[in-house]
Amino acid sequence: MPRHLRILATFARACLVRDMTFRGNFLLECLTSIGWMSMNLAFYLLVFTFTPEIGRGTGWSREPFFAFVATGLVINSIVQALFMPSAEELTEMIHTGGLDAVLVQPLDAQFLLSMHRVDFSAFANGLVGLGLLGWAVSRMDHAPPPVAWLLYPLFIACGVAILYGLIIMLAAATIFMGRNQSLYDFWFYLTNFSRYPAEIYAGPWGGPLRTLCTFVIPILLVVNVPARVVAMPLTDAAWASMAAAVVAAAGALVASRLVFQAALARYRSASS
Amino acid sequence: MRADAAGERGAAGRFFDRVAGGLRVWWTMLAISIEERLVYRGDFVIGTLMRFLPIVTQVFLWTAVFNATSRPDIAGYSRNDIVAYYLLTMVTRAFSSMPGLSGGIARGIRDGSVKKYLVQPVDYVAALLAARVAHKLVYYLVATLPFAGVFYVCRDYFPPAPPVGTIAAYLLSLVLSFLLGFFMEATLGMLGFWFLEVSSIIFAYMLVQYLLSGHMFPIDMLAGIPTGIGGTTVADVVRWLPFEYTAYFPAAVWLGKIRGADLARDLALEAAWVVVMAVACRIAWWRGTRRYSAFGG
Repeated sequence: MPRHLRILATFARACLVRDMTFRGNFLLECLTSIGWMSMNLAFYLLVFTFTPEIGRGTGWSREPFFAFVATGLVINSIVQALFMPSAEELTEMIHTGGLDAVLVQPLDAQFLLSMHRVDFSAFANGLVGLGLLGWAVSRMDHAPPPVAWLLYPLFIACGVAILYGLIIMLAAATIFMGRNQSLYDFWFYLTNFSRYPAEIYAGPWGGPLRTLCTFVIPILLVVNVPARVVAMPLTDAAWASMAAAVVAAAGALVASRLVFQAALARYRSASS
Repeated sequence: MRADAAGERGAAGRFFDRVAGGLRVWWTMLAISIEERLVYRGDFVIGTLMRFLPIVTQVFLWTAVFNATSRPDIAGYSRNDIVAYYLLTMVTRAFSSMPGLSGGIARGIRDGSVKKYLVQPVDYVAALLAARVAHKLVYYLVATLPFAGVFYVCRDYFPPAPPVGTIAAYLLSLVLSFLLGFFMEATLGMLGFWFLEVSSIIFAYMLVQYLLSGHMFPIDMLAGIPTGIGGTTVADVVRWLPFEYTAYFPAAVWLGKIRGADLARDLALEAAWVVVMAVACRIAWWRGTRRYSAFGG
């Protein structure tokens, strides 16, 4: 493991050097992602001019909801920075035969393929997310207990692990299918479901959707569980959802490993 | 006298020959583009269905908002109106969005591939328009079924069908939104003649366009936000810009939010924006090609 951390640090350093070589571009990318995020925040502010909360009696009033949004920003920025750039390169590597070079390296292929590129500009949203979290929590009616702040990073890590598992499984699909641009779009559309509190998925359609996105594809646990830890009281239901998040994170990591290995076993080189 | 008549017929004949020749070239470009687009029809179908997924979350979000508030409507929109609005903006965006157009033009300028249009007897803007019409035709061909399915499932959200005149105005606004979207993005891409890298300008445009077109929410919701200048609201400012015609306007027409004289005035404004952007696109092409230089074979 220390060897893997050392290699990860080397990858990160190389990417940082590259980013700092094109500082203007780096700054622009930071502003780009902050621009999109600001637009979404403006939309949420507009929504709260019409309603005191999202869903009657759910407790997701303005400040808790912004703590939820901030948590989503932090988790997504980690995923976008550490895993997405590498996963996006995989299709190209299959077409060009670049994957062959990875497979002969004396290092785990999944580690190398999913973490060799780090996009530091994606951390910009995460930093803004942390600021937003501080603002929202300081204005909430109840301050989160100290245990909530201990649990928060743990469940952020669980959320990241669930998304990592999903990305790896989609990357494996690339190896199976050769081309899967739509599947990557699907990833963005799927994660869209995690952008709002689970309580909004109610009624004859919402109930089954909530079950599907909690127990089959546990996308609703990604942001909901850590956000609830700081934004809501720690009830019995909250502890149950925390347990579910830990199980889902472990399950996503194991399942993604198995699917990725199966995909590599079916890989046929494109190079001559 | 007979010679004059023959001369007139000859001139008319030559004119019609030229028009027919132009139409043949345009039709050929269209046919080639359609064949290109049909290669990835499977991707098209999956992509079309996926584009409805964000709407699903919006439907649940607004349902939760209406549950939490005692208002029967927000900015004149009931919960059903808002769902119908989002679905209708999907139709508008199917007409007005031009994925890859401005980036493709700028890339062509940068890598020099645009130079073939300087020596071939093919009008660049017409070729781009033909390719885009082909793209849209194939898109509608493949997307009609998923669109019809989603609209059928969500039919209870829609008010009764509007009168024939409103439907005609709606269809006209869609065609104009296609032309407006095309000329706006083509003009944007042609900034590549002046700037080496236009991706940041394209991004800024997308940001503004997404926010002000009504894609995220009906523009009417901005009517309560003052600008601080002479009693005008943010909605008033947005209504003087062309963006709302690429998402909000057709949807609002179908839902009966814009009627009578307002409808006629806004259609005229939309047509005027199309003319303005078409002229801007032509000027950008003429002036851009005049300063353009390329090397290599």
